[in-house]
Amino acid sequence: MGFGALYLLAFSGALAELYFFTAALQPSETAPNRERFLKVYLIAMVVLAWFAVLTGAYVIYPWYRAIPPTGSTDLSMFPQQLLMSSSTTIGWHSFGMEWKEHIAWFAPISITMVAFVFIRYGRDLRNHRQLRSAVLCFSLVSFLAAGVAGLFGALIDKQAPVQGGHTIQLGAGGAK
Amino acid sequence: MNTSGHVISPNTPAMPNGSGAAAILSAGIGAFALAVLAFAGDKSASVKSLLVFYKPTGPLSGVTTAAILIWLFTWRIMEWRWRNRTVAVGRSNAIALILLGLSLLLTFPPFVDLF
Repeated sequence: MGFGALYLLAFSGALAELYFFTAALQPSETAPNRERFLKVYLIAMVVLAWFAVLTGAYVIYPWYRAIPPTGSTDLSMFPQQLLMSSSTTIGWHSFGMEWKEHIAWFAPISITMVAFVFIRYGRDLRNHRQLRSAVLCFSLVSFLAAGVAGLFGALIDKQAPVQGGHTIQLGAGGAK
Repeated sequence: MNTSGHVISPNTPAMPNGSGAAAILSAGIGAFALAVLAFAGDKSASVKSLLVFYKPTGPLSGVTTAAILIWLFTWRIMEWRWRNRTVAVGRSNAIALILLGLSLLLTFPPFVDLF
């Protein structure tokens, strides 16, 4: 979750820089140092995005999916089973986790492509308007994907292991 | 004085668009592959069991590994073919964005539950 949070924090800066860099009308408006900085910044975001999904899938998710021993009644260390044990909390898994675990992967795929295209074209990207538009669209989807994954990750973390998953309903509004 | 008779505009692309188009379209294909595999795993028990590459992570391991391989393989092939070409990037971008939109739809649980 730390990598995802850093990724989201870094995103607005990258998007603004990417937009202004590739939309500038005159080549002299952008210094070579700025181009180099943005390339390094995007590579750092790619690394963050891949770390976020890989640690999420192969470190955190196995713990979330852990199966309790037969006959166990204390599900507090088994988040998925805890959430699925009550009709008032099953939505956190069947909607929240099911959505999060897949949509999160669109973030690294998209930002890897964005970084590649920017590194390949640099300031010439301003002369490829259609490429630039698609890159910005994929950047926004990357942010959306990371945002959904981060939001549900935080909410599920809070709901299952912290509060025990018994009282707050997803989408029912009000039950506390 | 321009002796060649050509005036080079500052807005003329210095590089062909093929490499960028290949990266964008393959990203769309990779995202769509992930969504289709996730959907198939959700709807078919046999597909779901086939996608368990790493037991603690379950079918998510197969869905994502296979999708990433499809994405990288597609990217490599398209990069090889389009790298030095100027392609109809409007069409390839449209396909990529449609695939990305479908991917978002196919991974949205309420939509998946309609089938």
